[in-house]
Amino acid sequence: MNSKTSNNIATGVIYFLVACVLAILVFLLGYILITGIPHVSWHFLTSSAQSFAAGGGIRDQLFNSMYLLVLTLIISFPIALGSGIYLSEYAPENWITGVIRTAVEVLSSLPSVVVGLFGFLLFVVNFHMGFSILAGAIALTFFNLPLLTRSIEESLQDVSELQREAGLSLGLSRWKTITGIVLPAALPGILTGIILSAGRVFGEAAALIYTAGQSAPTVNYGDWNPMDSASFLNFMRPAETLAVHIWKVNTEGVTPDAAAISSGASAVLIVVILLFNLLARMLGRWLYKRMTATK
Amino acid sequence: MPKIITSKDVHLSYGSKEALHGISLDFEEHEITALIGPSGCGKSTYLRCLNRMNDLIKGVKISGSMKLEGKDIYAPNVDIVDLRKRVGMVFQQPNPFPFSVYENVAYGLRLAGEKDKHVLDERVETSLKQAAIWDEVKDHLYDNALSFSGGQQQRICVARVLAVQPEVVLLDEPTSALDPISSSKIEDTLMNIRHEYTIIIVTHNMQQASRISDKTAFLLNGDLVEFSPTEKMFIHPDDEKTSDYLNGKFG
Repeated sequence: MNSKTSNNIATGVIYFLVACVLAILVFLLGYILITGIPHVSWHFLTSSAQSFAAGGGIRDQLFNSMYLLVLTLIISFPIALGSGIYLSEYAPENWITGVIRTAVEVLSSLPSVVVGLFGFLLFVVNFHMGFSILAGAIALTFFNLPLLTRSIEESLQDVSELQREAGLSLGLSRWKTITGIVLPAALPGILTGIILSAGRVFGEAAALIYTAGQSAPTVNYGDWNPMDSASFLNFMRPAETLAVHIWKVNTEGVTPDAAAISSGASAVLIVVILLFNLLARMLGRWLYKRMTATK
Repeated sequence: MPKIITSKDVHLSYGSKEALHGISLDFEEHEITALIGPSGCGKSTYLRCLNRMNDLIKGVKISGSMKLEGKDIYAPNVDIVDLRKRVGMVFQQPNPFPFSVYENVAYGLRLAGEKDKHVLDERVETSLKQAAIWDEVKDHLYDNALSFSGGQQQRICVARVLAVQPEVVLLDEPTSALDPISSSKIEDTLMNIRHEYTIIIVTHNMQQASRISDKTAFLLNGDLVEFSPTEKMFIHPDDEKTSDYLNGKFG
């Protein structure tokens, strides 16, 4: 076999494998969207869920999902950024950082049910938080952190050593070199990390069942005081998310239109994640422009 | 002429391997000194001692004395940030920041606390002119510096260093990644600024050393073989090894 034929075969195999991945993706997305979209209506998106009657919506669950995502990111992003910077820029190569890296990896492979039960015992029961968005956000932080830390660390590592040398040789301090040059250059990668972890958070159910709870009490969307128990911003209230809702409707739903609700909610879930991706990318591009060509 | 940098018996080792075996070199103010020698002779390593860039590498040990205007560069109380402001550096690979041209050049100044827009504008223009790149970038000051050619990027890097007005400019093979035309523009730049700055340049290119430098130091395997005025070295080298290297018998 000459090198040309082997090259052709290799290319063919690679194309075939890519086609497989693509086919699975298209099939899944297509199936979910085609079965789900017909059930999505303005009414579906803006009315609250029904326990027994048909015609319930997903307004509260949708909002809860987004609120939970934002809270989780607010908690986990600074921690992940800090530890990512430490691991990439400051950590010496010794057994302590080796242990940290291994711990991060182990944490990321914890089953989410375990994280959920741990969160239930520690936060919900021991710390008396009850089923609450906050308990859910902290539990999600646990398994969001490793991924986010890892991806931030890797995007920082990807920035060429030449850039750091340029900064330092110009008389910039180490910290200023990191924040002023390395971080902006790593921004697109960091953003991808956030998007990936956000997708995971948005779609997570198991860890939330025992922490954020399975009920979505009616909240007042006009009440902007987070301390108010009826406010939509209150983070001590139980909050069923979209993914949990899908799970619940499928397992113990008694409404006659349970199947339709779960298909519709799944389609919404996917569309929202897609929108979030696009939005985050646009934001990233804008930020990158702002940080790199200040004009 | 006063000596701005003096170094005596500089040894450097990576772990157990010694790369510099006691180098003593002095540099006079407002002169161009070229460091030449075959790959691996230690010329870049030596250069990077002068602004302590070797501090970044793990396991490096440096002994001997290096002084900038009489003050020990390696004294424990030296502010490295301040040292690097006074001793700027241009690298082998053009490495502009992923910012606009303007921002690249103004960055060091801004961080030093300069806020006045007029001062910044003026200093950016002067530095870009000194680096002989002004005419090519003046209409694109707010374009990303990475969108320019390698040679242009390198001159932007030179301008970036000049903007903070260091006393000494170190250049580590600044033209080895560039085409001949870009290289000659960098040389023009150096000729432009030779009376205001002390320049130390590491180069592979012996013609370049002979064209632009006042003095040349020849290093071989971590030793300083010869250090003399460039003209003398290229016409009557004292050492046979220098003469062999200059005549292309090795290296």
